[in-house]
Amino acid sequence: MINPNPIEIDREKGNFHYNTDYEFDAGVGLSEDVVKYISDVKREDEWVKDFRLKALNTFEKKRMPTHWATKDLENIDFDVIRYYLSKGQMPSRTWEEVPDDIKQTFERLGIPEQERKFLAGVEAQFDSEAAYSRMKDDLSEKGVIFVGSTEGLKEYPDIFKKWFGKVIPTSDNKFSALNSAVFSGGSFIYVPPGVKLEQPLQAYFRINAENFGQFERTLIIADEGSEITYMEGCTAPKFETSTLHSAVVELVALKGAKIQYVTVQNWSNNVFNLVTKRAMAHDESEVRWIDCNIGSRLTMKYPGVILRGRKARGEVLSIALANDGQHQDTGAKMVHAADETSSNVISKSVSIGEGRSTYRGLVQMPGHLKNCKNNTECDALLINSDSQTDTYPAITVQGEDHSVQHEASVSKVSAEQIFYMQQRGLSEADAMSMCVNGFVNDLIREFPMEYSVELKRLIDLEMEGSVG
Amino acid sequence: MSTLSVQNLSVNIDDKTILDNFSLEVPSGEVHAIMGPNGSGKSTLSKALAGHPGYEITSGTAKLNDTNFIGMEPDEISRVGLFLAFQYPIEVPGVSIANFIRAAIQSRMNDIKSFKAVDYYKALYQKMDDLGMDRKFTSRSLNDGFSGGEKKRCEILQMAMLDPKFCILDETDSGLDIDALRVVSEGVNAMRSKNRSFLVITHYQRLLDYIIPDKVHVMWEGKIVRSGDKELAKELETKGYDWIKQEIAA
Repeated sequence: MINPNPIEIDREKGNFHYNTDYEFDAGVGLSEDVVKYISDVKREDEWVKDFRLKALNTFEKKRMPTHWATKDLENIDFDVIRYYLSKGQMPSRTWEEVPDDIKQTFERLGIPEQERKFLAGVEAQFDSEAAYSRMKDDLSEKGVIFVGSTEGLKEYPDIFKKWFGKVIPTSDNKFSALNSAVFSGGSFIYVPPGVKLEQPLQAYFRINAENFGQFERTLIIADEGSEITYMEGCTAPKFETSTLHSAVVELVALKGAKIQYVTVQNWSNNVFNLVTKRAMAHDESEVRWIDCNIGSRLTMKYPGVILRGRKARGEVLSIALANDGQHQDTGAKMVHAADETSSNVISKSVSIGEGRSTYRGLVQMPGHLKNCKNNTECDALLINSDSQTDTYPAITVQGEDHSVQHEASVSKVSAEQIFYMQQRGLSEADAMSMCVNGFVNDLIREFPMEYSVELKRLIDLEMEGSVG
Repeated sequence: MSTLSVQNLSVNIDDKTILDNFSLEVPSGEVHAIMGPNGSGKSTLSKALAGHPGYEITSGTAKLNDTNFIGMEPDEISRVGLFLAFQYPIEVPGVSIANFIRAAIQSRMNDIKSFKAVDYYKALYQKMDDLGMDRKFTSRSLNDGFSGGEKKRCEILQMAMLDPKFCILDETDSGLDIDALRVVSEGVNAMRSKNRSFLVITHYQRLLDYIIPDKVHVMWEGKIVRSGDKELAKELETKGYDWIKQEIAA
């Protein structure tokens, strides 16, 4: 049998070693000094430093959301986390030290040689500088800004300051406050009016050219009538030494703009992935979150859209795969704040082994609005008898002129289905994979092509350990 | 050559003996029918031969040519060459017929690279035409929302595509109207060859007007109690199963 958790690394036994360079190390634990240190290293303006310090204060005051979320959050020890490591501290290890099952995973996902080394942490930098700078030249001709968070705030404050921290206030939750205090990395993007980007922008190129941040901060502003697709992450397993990842992603779609934000993440099993993602959609704009969550110990992520302009449209399409020892607590928030706004949520989760998936939805339609629409579908598939799923939809609708639809289903792959498929020659694992792929198929079709192929392969890999 | 030889097969479900020292030989090229009242063990025989995990085989062998496949996994038995057309085909949402049959064919290949998609679709469309199936069927989810007749045609389509050595048709006639019965039977008859053998399980003589068997066996309480030619089926139809019961009692 193949290792049921092909992406897990036992860090106690691993021989990984890390180069330490104290010059850019903020040390262990969180304090005012650490936040100041990060801000100083980045040579930030005073207002950014103040923003961070206020956020730290908020973070310290905020309680853990354990009154509604999982108690597992209480196991995060904020005192042992390193909040800032610059390039020099990227872990280094040799290819020989990378566990065989991980190499196999790369092989089977068809990841090019060069990228494998980067993803496995063998090379601190994936050689993408060239690709990024070509892309950057191309974009700047159109007036598109595509930079890191530090550069964005320093070089283009007049553009980014206006919306930075506005869609997701620091005080939104404990982890958005944490991110606001210690953020580094992420992408800041501005698309000028009427510019329609045909090619998706890939964080892949840009972020790899710097370093992966634990506390990424992304802000995308699509000006009137512009269009952008942004892709974040990749299906390859990401090997992280840090156990806490807490990103904040803010999107602003101005009048008639379209933003599509695609995330595919495959975290190692020790990671708490606590992400706040929200969009502000103005008149006649469209925001679409496509979100695929695989791996991690606990993921909490509920992409949202505040539909504040007339006829704005929001959509969340999400797939979550929870394997042994994993809890995918995901969902969507749709806040209708203008007439004739519409939203659509389709969520599919697969629980494998002792994995657990949770859907949490929030839909709000106040009584003074007219003709708002929401459609929510959440389907869960259970693979084994120990698998678990729960659904918490919170729909608040006032007034009479709205249309709301909610459908939820839970199904299980039955022994008879597997027997039937095996009778035709498929192995038990192949039969199981086929059932799961069948379950998510109609949603995966909505994904960009390059992701959908990889995703199918990834699902096959995840399924391998689940039977037998 | 495809000879099925079952020797002294005993099968339990939840510690209850359903098949008791059951033996049967179907020589290559022949079609045998098994008839019998409800609960006589017909479906247990088909599931047990196919390797269903819910059936405990306590003794005996079942060989296809010289390979004893008792104890193998269902998919291994399939690849040995046994095909079971289900009485109640299972619905698998989201998995298209075309993809499913392709995966089943590929599972039989030593080198998956030798699979040619163009040839595959050509063969698939040809068989679908023969069975009077609309080509739109290929993209429909396996058995999902199919009518009884559509499910049975889909079973025969899979059988034709997988080219098995030995086929079990488990009450394939149930739930079929006369037209569907004719089409399905023609599909089976077209596959009859000296290198393939069939076991047709049915309640009714009707199917055997279309698929003419070489031999007919009557099953009762987990055993074959009488064997004969196709006339035996007609006799059963006229006299009913009570006639067999009385004969056994006598």
